[in-house]
Amino acid sequence: MSLLLASGLTDFLRDAVDLQVQVDAIGLGAIFALMAVGIGLVFGVLRLVNFAYGQLIMAGAFALAFASDRGWPVALGIALCFAVVIVLSLAMERAVFRPLRTQSPAVMLIATFAVAFLLQSIALLWFGPLGKTAASLAELNRPVTIGDVNIRKIAIVAIVTAALCLGLLVLLLNRTSLGLHMRAAAMDFQTARLVGVRANLVSAAAVLIAGVLAAVVAVLLTVQFPTVTPTFALRETIVVLAGVVVGGMTRLLSATLGGFTIGYVFGLLGGALPTAQSQYLSTFVFGLVILVLLVRPGGLFTRGRPAVERV
Amino acid sequence: MRVRRGILELGAPVALVIGAALLGVLVSRSTEIYFINALVAVSMVVAIYVFVGNSGVVSFGHISFVAVGVWAAGVLSVPEQEKPAFMPYLFDFLRDTTVGNVWSLLAAGVAAGVFALLVGLPLMRLSGLAAGIATFAVLEITNNILRYYEKVGPGLNTFSSVPETTDLRQAAIGAVVVIVAAFVYQRSRFGRQLRATREDPAAARAVGVSIYRQRLGAFALSGFLAGLAGGLYVHFLPINVDAVYLDLTFITLAMLVIGGSTSLWGAVVGALAVSALDSVLASAENGIDLLGRTVEVPAGTRIVVVSALMALVLILRPSGLTGGRELSFDPLWRMLRPS
Repeated sequence: MSLLLASGLTDFLRDAVDLQVQVDAIGLGAIFALMAVGIGLVFGVLRLVNFAYGQLIMAGAFALAFASDRGWPVALGIALCFAVVIVLSLAMERAVFRPLRTQSPAVMLIATFAVAFLLQSIALLWFGPLGKTAASLAELNRPVTIGDVNIRKIAIVAIVTAALCLGLLVLLLNRTSLGLHMRAAAMDFQTARLVGVRANLVSAAAVLIAGVLAAVVAVLLTVQFPTVTPTFALRETIVVLAGVVVGGMTRLLSATLGGFTIGYVFGLLGGALPTAQSQYLSTFVFGLVILVLLVRPGGLFTRGRPAVERV
Repeated sequence: MRVRRGILELGAPVALVIGAALLGVLVSRSTEIYFINALVAVSMVVAIYVFVGNSGVVSFGHISFVAVGVWAAGVLSVPEQEKPAFMPYLFDFLRDTTVGNVWSLLAAGVAAGVFALLVGLPLMRLSGLAAGIATFAVLEITNNILRYYEKVGPGLNTFSSVPETTDLRQAAIGAVVVIVAAFVYQRSRFGRQLRATREDPAAARAVGVSIYRQRLGAFALSGFLAGLAGGLYVHFLPINVDAVYLDLTFITLAMLVIGGSTSLWGAVVGALAVSALDSVLASAENGIDLLGRTVEVPAGTRIVVVSALMALVLILRPSGLTGGRELSFDPLWRMLRPS
């Protein structure tokens, strides 16, 4: 028994340090980090947990599938994806987030829950439960050989894109006045308004940037999972939400790190565990989530006294 | 005055449930199923209300207690000779035990209550967003285990050949039992202490209320009631693991919030109102007679309309249809006797 366990463990460790598994895990972590930024940015400014974020990605993915169905060129498909996601996010901000800005977090969370189900059921009505296929970028899913390991191109593309997006975001937040306003609003919305930050502008900006990131994620995810169904990205969103809270929602950096970490852990365990155990992957990961929350309810990557107190 | 208010607080929801059940008796067999469904929904929503409404902490995990109830009642009440057909890997004692209707419901409640107590022991230390995500994690884990661990149930298979004992009468009795339990709890010392922690945690602490203990007690009780509702559910329809997952979590929470999450009356009104709307739309998908004209809407409209209306109610009336208050005729009295 212990021998079996030991050999299983060595197998696991061998697979875990495998470069291919590592790159895939980092790639997934990068995509999750982008989603975490999208969720964390909106939370920072509006104090609203956007459960419907996954459905924005789903809508973008359907736009890509629609374009590839029609045989449109790739660039046009991506443009359509961005347009759909951005219009949807702004509409969501105007119709749901803004009127609910003063409500309790629970009401806002359940409202975004409702929006999520609304979008999902519209997709179900429109495209059916089996969904469509987005195939125009499938070429990126092929591996390239570097040295003697095969690495899927999409993993590299995902890592580079995520790094680029995060770099641009850091520049925006730290080097422009809009970024300054957003950071001020995230710190203290009321005081920021008093000193002349325009509330509607920053909240629209946060939602817009989150929407752009959702479109990027839609493009990256459809390469890996070309079959787009109404529940596309739903699971990923739940996992990222958990990751964001585990990392610490109060700061964008800790939220992003949380998203990356949970994506990395998911990728690593999914790649290295044998099938008999990998079906219990969610149990492992969410068990870890509960453990971390119990030990550090304010977040894994936050400094100082936790903002959230235990009772 | 206090007694009268108490009678109304318990009487109004119970009357509503019995009214719905009586209405269900009058309609045809094919429509009856909607009424049973609505009554089962009332049990679930009131069970969730016992914790969420009284404590003010949102829980996404309660459907996992419903699921545990479904599993307990389902596995224990399938006839022994039918079990190998869709649950071939059961533990021996589960395979060899079959109990009657009432016992299986009780077992569902107890299993879910114990589970909620065990889960709550660590989790009730958390609050706010961390608590929300942690309860979500409980839902994910429970669903994941029930889905793949075939020694405790059918896994991905549907619970077929569970005796379909949940008729109108049982569903109504079940709903009334859950409502009475919720009423007794919220009028008890413990319920009042928990509500005090919801309104002002610091003040409640200052007068010696342990937030942790009160939340834990409510969580376990609410888990027990949710399990009971789950037992009723599996005795009503052949369901599988996907029936007690995200969709049900969403719809029950939405019912609670639409009704008004801080009152028992709100929980019952929300469950019945949303169920009614859902049923009307469901039958409209098959075509219904409305004022002499047959109205038919495309399949799938139902869920779109329901979720759109939910979002709308949340935006226009965030405290719910009842405003989160118990039914009271006081404003009416004041209107009749202005002095």
